[in-house]
Amino acid sequence: MDPLVERVLQGEKSALARVISRIENREPQAVALLDELFLHQKAAPRIGVTGPPGAGKSTLVTGLIRILREQGHRVGVVAVDPTSPFSGGAVLGDRVRMNEVALDPGVFIRSMATRGSLGGLASTSREVCEALDAFGSDRILLETVGVGQSELDVAQAADSTVVVVVPESGDSVQALKAGLMEIADIFVVNKADREGADRMVHDLESALSLKNWKDRWKPPVLKTVASRGEGIREVNEALERHAAWQLETGQLSHRRRESVGARILELTREAVTRAVLAKAGRPELEARVDAVLKGVESPYRAAERWAAELLDTANAPSP
Amino acid sequence: MDRRIRVLVGKPGLDGHDRGAKVVAAALRDAGMEVIYTGLHQTPEMIVEAAVQEDVDVVALSVLSGAHLTVFPRVRALLEERGAGHKLLTGGGIIPDEDIEMLKQKGVGRLFGPGTNTSDIVEYIREWARTHAHSEG
Repeated sequence: MDPLVERVLQGEKSALARVISRIENREPQAVALLDELFLHQKAAPRIGVTGPPGAGKSTLVTGLIRILREQGHRVGVVAVDPTSPFSGGAVLGDRVRMNEVALDPGVFIRSMATRGSLGGLASTSREVCEALDAFGSDRILLETVGVGQSELDVAQAADSTVVVVVPESGDSVQALKAGLMEIADIFVVNKADREGADRMVHDLESALSLKNWKDRWKPPVLKTVASRGEGIREVNEALERHAAWQLETGQLSHRRRESVGARILELTREAVTRAVLAKAGRPELEARVDAVLKGVESPYRAAERWAAELLDTANAPSP
Repeated sequence: MDRRIRVLVGKPGLDGHDRGAKVVAAALRDAGMEVIYTGLHQTPEMIVEAAVQEDVDVVALSVLSGAHLTVFPRVRALLEERGAGHKLLTGGGIIPDEDIEMLKQKGVGRLFGPGTNTSDIVEYIREWARTHAHSEG
């Protein structure tokens, strides 16, 4: 066994931190580390928390950590913030709200930058969850970037997704319908001591009522004031109900199956693209770009032809 | 591979002036680094715990309260204790030259005073990373 993996399994935080960096940096050893860690996973429930910026995601996550710790669970947290597309740098500030749990030995928090990924998580966030699981986290919380509508990755990476909004999000309910409505297992109207909270709850509930929920999980709409710890217990109870429902109905294995399938496809797509570029090289691509720019063919045709050629080569009997 | 220099920027102690820390955080971001900003009122224990979990290369602290002679050595000692002695400990604040010299003896990196150009800090960290980072197991 890799000594680093051994140290992770013994609960050494600095070893886990190193492993996460290797995964995040896509260092060559990362795949072998993940292979070994994978065998030690216990399939800890993964809870995604998403919602627009300033909705109070980090504060809610901190409240959930507190309750999960009371219940004796060890908690792993992945908090994602955006990478600047201009500099490639990032300021990761989610820890500012999590200070009160930062020294708890049963809590491990890792901040991640998106590094160019657009779906609200970093492209390696899921693998980091796997490392946290093998490390012994009983619950894993995944906090997304919070750009509002492109947060679909989290629904795939998590077993339960909490969508956090605030009373002022009122006018954006229309927009919510498009993206966030579909991925929420639980809605939270945070900062519910502000004006408009009840209306927000009502708006969400009436939007939900348009759908047929027969044999499906109907997302509850809950009110919290996360900064004062109000309503968080109810959110945790709803998460427990959702987990129980998923287990009872077989939805959990279904969701995980779908998620693993999507992940394999995604990683294969990345690997194939990398392999093609490594083998054929940039000039091959540039030649096809030239053809498109000269009006010889459309990008669709160019892509189709290239894919066909690649598959031909792959299928050809080796000499 | 996709490596970035990771820097923890924190403010230990009781003073509430974090403008300098924020300016530095933004400058490091603009230089392509990943900055973990931990906010105000951090204890040395909190800073080191975050530095370990976030696997940062550099710990940069802003100390304006006059507590630098306590804070920097304490953070340095805790880093060593956690097997994280290879990380660069640097920072800034209102710190007399003789204290800077004394802290340097104790393994603290460069400390920047008021009026420092942020590009000097960026260059210092980059240069340090070129010669030190990623050498540990």
